[in-house]
Amino acid sequence: MTNLQSLSFYYPELILTVVILAAIIYDLTLDKSQSGKVGWLLVVGLIGVALAIVFQENKVTTLFSDAIVLDPFASFFKLIVILATIFVSIVSLQSGELKAYRKGEYFTLLGIITFGLFLMVSTVDLILVYLSIEIVSIMSFVLAGYLKQNTRSNEAGLKYVVYGAFSSGIMLFGLSYIYGLTGSTNYFEIQHALAGLDSEANTAIVMAMILMIAGFGYKISAVPFHFWTPDVYEGAPTTITAYLSVAPKAGAFALMIRFFNQVLADGGGMGGLDSSSIATLPWPEIFSLLAIITMTLGNLVAIQQNSIKRMLAYSSVAHAGYMLLAMPVMSGDSMYAIMMYLVMYLFMNLGAFFVVITVQNKTGGETFDDYKGLGWEMPMIGIVMTIFMVSLTGLPPTAGFIGKFYIFASLIKGGNEFYWLVMIGGINSVISLFYYLRVVKVMYFEGESHEKIVQPPTVMAALLLATAIPTVLLGVYWTPIADWVQRSLVFFIQTL
Amino acid sequence: MENILNWIIWLPIIGMVAIAFIPREKDNLIKITAAVATGLQLLLTLVLWQNYDAGNGGMQFTVRGEWIPSFNISYILGVDGLSLPMAILTALLCFIGIFVSWNINKAVKGYFALFLLLDTGIMGVFLSMDFFLFYIFWEVMLLPMYFLIGMWGGPQREYAAIKFFLYTLFGSVLMLVGILGLYFTCGNTFDIQVLKQVAPEALQGVTWWGMSAIKVIWVLLFIGFAIKVPVFPFHTWLPLAHVEAPTAISVLLAGILLKLGVYGILRINYGLMPDGVYWFSGALAFLGLINVVWGGLCALAQTDLKKLVAYSSVNHMGYSLIGMAAVIAAGEANGYNLKAAQAGLGGAVFQMFNHGTISAMLFILVGVIYDRAHHREIEGFGGLAAQMPIYTGICAMVFFAGLGLPGFSGFISEAMCFIGAFPIYKGIVIASTIGILLNAAYFLWAFQRIFFGKLNEKYTDLPEINNRELFTVVPLLIITLFFGIYPAPYLDIISSTMDVIINHVVTMATISGM
Repeated sequence: MTNLQSLSFYYPELILTVVILAAIIYDLTLDKSQSGKVGWLLVVGLIGVALAIVFQENKVTTLFSDAIVLDPFASFFKLIVILATIFVSIVSLQSGELKAYRKGEYFTLLGIITFGLFLMVSTVDLILVYLSIEIVSIMSFVLAGYLKQNTRSNEAGLKYVVYGAFSSGIMLFGLSYIYGLTGSTNYFEIQHALAGLDSEANTAIVMAMILMIAGFGYKISAVPFHFWTPDVYEGAPTTITAYLSVAPKAGAFALMIRFFNQVLADGGGMGGLDSSSIATLPWPEIFSLLAIITMTLGNLVAIQQNSIKRMLAYSSVAHAGYMLLAMPVMSGDSMYAIMMYLVMYLFMNLGAFFVVITVQNKTGGETFDDYKGLGWEMPMIGIVMTIFMVSLTGLPPTAGFIGKFYIFASLIKGGNEFYWLVMIGGINSVISLFYYLRVVKVMYFEGESHEKIVQPPTVMAALLLATAIPTVLLGVYWTPIADWVQRSLVFFIQTL
Repeated sequence: MENILNWIIWLPIIGMVAIAFIPREKDNLIKITAAVATGLQLLLTLVLWQNYDAGNGGMQFTVRGEWIPSFNISYILGVDGLSLPMAILTALLCFIGIFVSWNINKAVKGYFALFLLLDTGIMGVFLSMDFFLFYIFWEVMLLPMYFLIGMWGGPQREYAAIKFFLYTLFGSVLMLVGILGLYFTCGNTFDIQVLKQVAPEALQGVTWWGMSAIKVIWVLLFIGFAIKVPVFPFHTWLPLAHVEAPTAISVLLAGILLKLGVYGILRINYGLMPDGVYWFSGALAFLGLINVVWGGLCALAQTDLKKLVAYSSVNHMGYSLIGMAAVIAAGEANGYNLKAAQAGLGGAVFQMFNHGTISAMLFILVGVIYDRAHHREIEGFGGLAAQMPIYTGICAMVFFAGLGLPGFSGFISEAMCFIGAFPIYKGIVIASTIGILLNAAYFLWAFQRIFFGKLNEKYTDLPEINNRELFTVVPLLIITLFFGIYPAPYLDIISSTMDVIINHVVTMATISGM
């Protein structure tokens, strides 16, 4: 489709652009104390974008001369990203950390990240892959260092820049390999060209693939590209940490699913058929290995943390590992499982960070010691945090279990060679129980019944319920989500 | 009547919700609500028993509903001769457990709410006939148990709670892998009744990691269940959890949770993988022997009375395992010895019930003395017979029941297990008589040290067992005595279902496909 024709299918993004511009202008008219209003503008705008996506004509096509695609798969991830952004925008207005700062830019940057993620989930062109990753990264660097007066936040921003620059450089190097081998930046043309290459080129393709995995792995914080995660997660404003742990991860998974199935495999998996990688590239094996070390290291290091925020950082590394488990299978079921997992993960992980924010607002602390006896003092926080921790461990009847269940099921269905991945994933869940329950233990076992009960502020309470209720409900009845994911499992594909 | 199983499972949850709305300072109202919820549940299970058709060994009172059609997960409940006695036992012990916990005064609201949640979890496992639902209930039990041990338990409660949780979760994960394996090899269904028909054939010739899938899945599920039983060497969580848990929770742990393991093996492993039964029964009997002897030896070595009782559970569950292994006697290779299989399996299931009542009483009695003396060291007492005659009398009876004296129900079930297993596992049965000897030794020795000899000066003003405590023990004692003299009512309920299980194992097993 030509550029001009494409515009009529691109209006969700156009609306988003208008919202971002409006936010910048609106901010100019506001005092510093009033700058939070920009957040509400963003929320309203995003709801508008979400409606535009939902009511968009159900079309599967490419736009802008095969640069990006429009398909239900992309729409699904866009909605996930919007949901996360809305949650984070609202909670940012409540955050004590951000109180002293002007928030206009903050919300504008969140809007731009959302735009970058929209590109990320729908691109089928290497140039746009790089561009979208950069848009998301650069805005994240700024947001991570948003607390100007706080050295930890500055450190986080700077570390993020250094790691980000390094890994995107590596990825770009990999992209240039692929361009050199195939002479194109378009996924479909690359796929055809790669399939026609001699086996002599295999080493070069493997090199390119590993270099690219470094770039993707950085975004989802897979081991060994995770080193920025704990420091950035700890130093950044907690609202941003919550955002980084969910939205860019979802975007990067969409990007990876599309890239590996459309470029380095025959695309069959995306059509619900059996799939195989091009020229017997070993990327399923590489992903298996990546998943295992990511889960295991994330979990083992999380055990030793004393800061809840840092613990959640490593836990998000581990969760990236669980999702990576499904990558090697290359089947429709495994993509389905990753999408299910992301929905479940969104609620439970955001919820856990919301608890951290609430506690931070109240006591200013984020270590295990600050949570002592919290279950008695703030019963609501205690109960919802227990729900989130249980769900992150993956125990029924919570959303986390359903996510893991689908991942494991897709592996078992995938065949004999994946069974051992399930075993390792399962054992990792058991390990993770230890540190998640430590939070529960500290909250309840180390403290006495309080006479005075503290309730969180109304908006915070509403946000906590808005994440805790789905976390339980989706663990018991998830047919609506399952149907939604099933409907969204439609790609624009070209099979070999 | 169609929805009676729904009510039995969900009544405690209704009670839990009601408790959530009661202001937390109204302790008595909370306790009464919990008692009413469990009391009604007990009544309903008795109604169920009255209406249960003992002649029919299949599923009755089936409830069936759609749940998650896209993954073929359904909500299926049912009851047969294997689960009915367990459901009654659960309701009974939960009801009694509420009264045992009457003197809890720390965070009363939380305690009883979690207690009721635990009740629903246990009841759900016994009554659900969909494997996914079964697994959900199986896991739902863990969290309340963790809190109940970790918050209201003894000095080492936190360690005990997390150890219990990690152990059982490890088993559950293996079980989940097995469940998924069965699901995908047997035509995408979780319905246990359908799987029972399909699985034995569908698994033939399937391999996992180059081994027969039947063997691998059998072992995965067995480990999951064995941790609950607990079978040696997976038993190390048990003494700790039992000792640290508050009395009522020890009662539930020993009385019902351990039975879940045996129930699971009989329902799932025996039902879905009859070939595996032949393959594994020798090992099962041998593990039973180790349980009997090892549990006995450990019990003998304990100085803490509660630990002694905890190890006696390891010892007693061993008899059940030996009895279960006898099922294969009915097969061709063993000359179609149906009588032995019936005795063995019937004994194993009867032993589940009897150990449930007897160990519950033992833990309640340990709780009684602990509430008074604030310690449980066997050597620390002495001569209590003069001080607390009623308590001593009841203890004597319960200890005798525990050591399997004729006249008490334990004797009958243990004897049945041995009679059933003897034709096939002569060596194991003979060797496990050592366990019986140990069993008698540790109980009698403990009894002697606590109740006879010189009265410890400290305890000259120890009050006698009170009415509430009597109310919790005496009904169980009556049941134990009644079944000890006249076990027919119990055996009538289970016998036709036992025949169904034996028949299923014998006819569906092909042995060749392994």
